[in-house]
Amino acid sequence: MSVTAESNELRDDVLNGLQLSGQLERVWRTPSGLVGALMSVDHKIVGRRYILTAFAFLLLGGILAMLMRVQLAGPEQTFLSADKYNQIFTMHGSTMMFLFAVPVMEAFAVYLVPLMVGTRNIAFPRLNAFSYWMFLFGGCFLWISFLFNVGPDVGWFSYVPLSSLQFTPTKRADVWAQMITFTEVAALAVAVEIVVTVFKLRAPGMTLDRIPLFVWAMLVTSFLVMFAMPSIMVASTSLILDRLVNTRFYDASSGGHPLLWQHLFWFFGHPEVYIIFIPGTGMASTILATFARRPVIGYPVVILSLIGTGFLSFGLWVHHMFVTGLPQLGAGLFTASSMLIAVPSGLQIFCWLATLWDGRPVYRTPLLFVIGFIVIFVIGGLSGVMVASVPIDTQVHDTYFVVAHFHYVLIGGAVFPLIGAVYYWFPKIAGRMLSERLGRWNFWLAFIGFNVAFFPMHFLGLIGMPRRVYTYTADMDWAHLNLLSSIGAFVFALSFALLLVNVVYSLRKGALAGDNPWNGSTLEWATSSPPPPQNFDRIPVVKHRDPLWADSESLPVIAGLSAERREVLLTSLAEAEPQTREASSEPSIWPLLTAIATTVFFIGSIFTPWAVLWGTPPMAVTLIGWFWPSGSKEDEE
Amino acid sequence: MRQTIVRNVAELPTYGYGPRSGPWWGAMGFMALEGMGFAIAVGTYLYLYAIDPNWPIGAAPPDLWPGTTEAVVYLLSIIPNEITNRAAYRQDLAKVRTGLVVMSLIGIALLVLRGFEFAHLNTRWDNSAYGSIVWLILGLHTTHLATDVGDTVVLAVLMFTRHAKPRRFSDVTDNVFYWNFVVLAWLPLYALLDWVPRL
Repeated sequence: MSVTAESNELRDDVLNGLQLSGQLERVWRTPSGLVGALMSVDHKIVGRRYILTAFAFLLLGGILAMLMRVQLAGPEQTFLSADKYNQIFTMHGSTMMFLFAVPVMEAFAVYLVPLMVGTRNIAFPRLNAFSYWMFLFGGCFLWISFLFNVGPDVGWFSYVPLSSLQFTPTKRADVWAQMITFTEVAALAVAVEIVVTVFKLRAPGMTLDRIPLFVWAMLVTSFLVMFAMPSIMVASTSLILDRLVNTRFYDASSGGHPLLWQHLFWFFGHPEVYIIFIPGTGMASTILATFARRPVIGYPVVILSLIGTGFLSFGLWVHHMFVTGLPQLGAGLFTASSMLIAVPSGLQIFCWLATLWDGRPVYRTPLLFVIGFIVIFVIGGLSGVMVASVPIDTQVHDTYFVVAHFHYVLIGGAVFPLIGAVYYWFPKIAGRMLSERLGRWNFWLAFIGFNVAFFPMHFLGLIGMPRRVYTYTADMDWAHLNLLSSIGAFVFALSFALLLVNVVYSLRKGALAGDNPWNGSTLEWATSSPPPPQNFDRIPVVKHRDPLWADSESLPVIAGLSAERREVLLTSLAEAEPQTREASSEPSIWPLLTAIATTVFFIGSIFTPWAVLWGTPPMAVTLIGWFWPSGSKEDEE
Repeated sequence: MRQTIVRNVAELPTYGYGPRSGPWWGAMGFMALEGMGFAIAVGTYLYLYAIDPNWPIGAAPPDLWPGTTEAVVYLLSIIPNEITNRAAYRQDLAKVRTGLVVMSLIGIALLVLRGFEFAHLNTRWDNSAYGSIVWLILGLHTTHLATDVGDTVVLAVLMFTRHAKPRRFSDVTDNVFYWNFVVLAWLPLYALLDWVPRL
């Protein structure tokens, strides 16, 4: 007994241009109304929500940073109490690392990768929607806890025994640990989606050596997420179990060990830096090629550097633990590997400089941010080589030198290219250009403000100011540099306000963008701005690394996909040869319901272990609803 | 921008098996991250083992029979699993139905056995770091097992309804593939939990 294959169906090869556009829009559009919006599985809608939510968390984290800088602007300030300061620096770090930096990079990937590889939706669109809801609920949970005065106060690293029940008897550390789980679920889901989208949904002909560099960067990043995040999952689960059901993972009196936490945390935490930085390099490569008006020099070198950085990032975690008394041999090994990672990063920088040198650069706002990124990241990289060395690290560990270093790396390495990316891809997403004039003001305020804010911190660290202190006395002689730093921080914050003004203004009054306003070479510019629900009326065929520059007259495309149901083309892993036409998910409310059930489960388990029992059936029911093919056009026939 | 149609893909199938199918790659992704989760948990066990000379701490090693019985059942389950796989490739609905029912029953039996295994660990989760890590590892694998059993049961039900479409056979092969990972993940964990404390 067997089941017969599907019957004849309407294909795109029998429709002309306008008919095809209208038909595909009907098939791929998100249902209207509130319920429709909650059901959306369109990667562009989910991506936009992700980006906006991540930037909302950036705003919140930034406000906390300003509060800290007010407190530290002068000696013996009473603007914040020690307790409130602890909460604020914990919330600032946790928000920026878990709710902004990683999610915003994945958010851009959710929006851009399917467009850049020439497909109609991301792989596993319902999982994508679910991941967004989990991220939103996890972030809201953390911030609502903070506003109700149960926000975490033990640092974004939550070291034990500080975060153990003995020293943090309230629910603060539980809130932090569960927030970690939310963001892990979201990040891991997106990572799998990106990997499968890049491996299987690439346009025909997009061989491995024709994949856009941003997509390569996101592929490497996704693998880092998949192999680094399980470590923090085990760590945070063990922490909350220690606190809720008296397990003994970190209890030295019962065979546990506090250093286990640091190993698990930093095995995740150091790759995390590269999870944030590598997408930034992908953005930089893409922007640089467009505005230098030539392909990036050393495409294979850049890819090998990305992969090399990814591998090496797993061999660095112990340099965060040099002062914990580990064996000398281990310290030497991790010093060497920490210094070694400068090599692939340096190679990329040389490739970018060569591209600028050999190109005909047009200095528009996105490129300015990329140049700012190169300058700031090089300074951060150099101080990184310094703290990779045991003798120097021993001196500056837990001082403001380290604060300066990682802000140079993370803001230079990620935020500057990210803002460049906002200027670069805003026309595609919104259909309008951002103001160039405001953009230039934005860049210079950001560049000057950033350096004034963070460069003095190197000196503060060298003259002994420890990090995580809420105040200092006047006789320490740290006041002038701190005041300068605070002024710089406010200028830096002003640059973000200007970006917000630019976005709001340009959404209404910005010049219409057209399909390809920058003359970009990658496939997202081959469709309209903003793209239609189906992304492309016909799937492009890629014959060159820069398809829109090579095939500027006429884009080769394929025909033969279904025009009456959601269908994507799957291609082979290496050569991107067409293999199958596979169904793509219809809109569904179940990912949202599953996320709600999962949220109830996680939050309930903070208060009672029994939540694991009563929280599981709703999750199971919603998951069955999600996977049950009811509503699928193919199954309704 | 002008477009030129250079190829028609209408004749391609609407589903594929193994690496030709999207869900297969999704399963690979989840296997990678779950495998990493197990590896980290194993690393945690070995770290705690390395720093404490009295392993297992204040407890007898687990009784061998539940874990060993499970290991045997897991290994034997590969046979009906592979039969189901071949039937799915042949799109033999009757045999696939039988295979999925058998695999569901095996999964449920293993969950029952898992309950006995928890009872025979000879330590509680709150006795010591040793108790904590063995409960955590077994808990992780039990979650892994339970979700796969749930998936198998739902798929079995689907194959008895009008949703038994041709592409569903591809889902069956992915389910088979994933079960092999559940088995493979168990074997080193069994050695770790049941034999390392006896070294």
